[in-house]
Amino acid sequence: MKYASEFRQGRLASGLIEKIKRSSRTPVNFMEFCGSHTVSIFRYGIRQVLPETVTTLSGPGCPICVTANADLDRAIALAQIPNVIVASFGDVLRVPGSFTSLQAVRAEGADVRVIYSAMDAIKIAEDNPNKQVILLGIGFETTTPTIAASIVQAKQENLDNFSVLSWHKLTPPAMKALLDAGDVALDGLICPGHVSIITGSQAWEFIARDYGIPCVVAGFEPLDILQCIDMLVTQAENGEAKVEIAYTRGVQHEGNTVAQRLMSQVFEPCPAQWRGMGTIPDSGLKLREEFSSFDAERVFDIDPGPTREPKGCICGEVLRGVKTPIDCPLFGRTCTPESPVGACMVSSEGSCFTYHLYGGKNA
Amino acid sequence: MCVAIPALIRSIDNDVAQVEIGGITQQANLQLCPQAKIGDYVIVHTGYAINILDQEEAKETLELFESIARVAAEEEN
Ligand code: SF4
Repeated sequence: MKYASEFRQGRLASGLIEKIKRSSRTPVNFMEFCGSHTVSIFRYGIRQVLPETVTTLSGPGCPICVTANADLDRAIALAQIPNVIVASFGDVLRVPGSFTSLQAVRAEGADVRVIYSAMDAIKIAEDNPNKQVILLGIGFETTTPTIAASIVQAKQENLDNFSVLSWHKLTPPAMKALLDAGDVALDGLICPGHVSIITGSQAWEFIARDYGIPCVVAGFEPLDILQCIDMLVTQAENGEAKVEIAYTRGVQHEGNTVAQRLMSQVFEPCPAQWRGMGTIPDSGLKLREEFSSFDAERVFDIDPGPTREPKGCICGEVLRGVKTPIDCPLFGRTCTPESPVGACMVSSEGSCFTYHLYGGKNA
Repeated sequence: MCVAIPALIRSIDNDVAQVEIGGITQQANLQLCPQAKIGDYVIVHTGYAINILDQEEAKETLELFESIARVAAEEEN
């Protein structure tokens, strides 16, 4: 068992597709919350093999895409302070803030370094005792525990030149806000697999219970997604709404309790601003008081001034599932992966990027 | 961002494992997954193992797919 090729077998996919075709009668609209699911759906051509009754729709699950310009601007301002090193996951560098990007200020001399892991940022801080290292803490529940681990480690090591700018966001409150806004009608939710490894499938129970929407947690291989769609179709046809797992090799009901404990040891919920969705209560995470010396917001007093949104970009509506990238007049014209106008065209799991990569208007 | 991949644990030294991903050896921090052992497949995200993959569950899922494929093939004939 390698946990990869086994879940990509065409013969088994055909069986699942047949089953979906036979059982699906009523038209349904399913949302994949997670941008990595959008990528898998496009990469494996899943939309093309589904019956006409089943539509899939991309959701807001791309941490880089939902980061607000105000936050990006603050990071860009921090990077321009002398003797500061900003450590960031790769894709963030190219995202345009209000006026410039981290990549552009790096070209002008700011010290911005791409990291693969939060551990790399700790290493940079250890190696550069005379500089302040700021880790851009971005990501959903999948990533947050790793950043929490690095903060605990920094505290244990008494690292006094390491801090985190926390853009971490919680996914269930965002899903709630999206449903409460009421501008998309969903018949099922493809729940994020790797977020659910941490939160457990329990995190989605309120959606099945309070909104009557079937929820199935999915992995990222093509068979995982087909199984999830099959389970959602079955629930929808039977008029059920419950939480199921189509990724039982990775996800349990209660989630990773070690990671959950670490996360709540370091962070507490706070309101957070999401691109396209405004401020959502209790959807962000800030460092708790006892870790305040590692909170970049408190260590550095920065006001980058008013923000500006890219003209014509409809990222916000795309993230809410109200519009698709091809509805955007800039898509593929002035906005391309080479010269992105909005965040959704930058991130490798942004909807606009994925649509562009896998065939644009034919998607 | 949420990309995470299965990796086989080859050795463990304190909190850090040497894992194999597609023939390439990498490091994975085990702080979030302290129960992981040599020979386990773990899901690795940004250098941290976030869970152990359950082999029994994986086998059961694949068996379920086999039986769905059999039924589909029979109905076709
Ligand atoms: S195509 Fe570009 S400009 Fe249009 S919504 Fe997507 S990122 Fe924004």
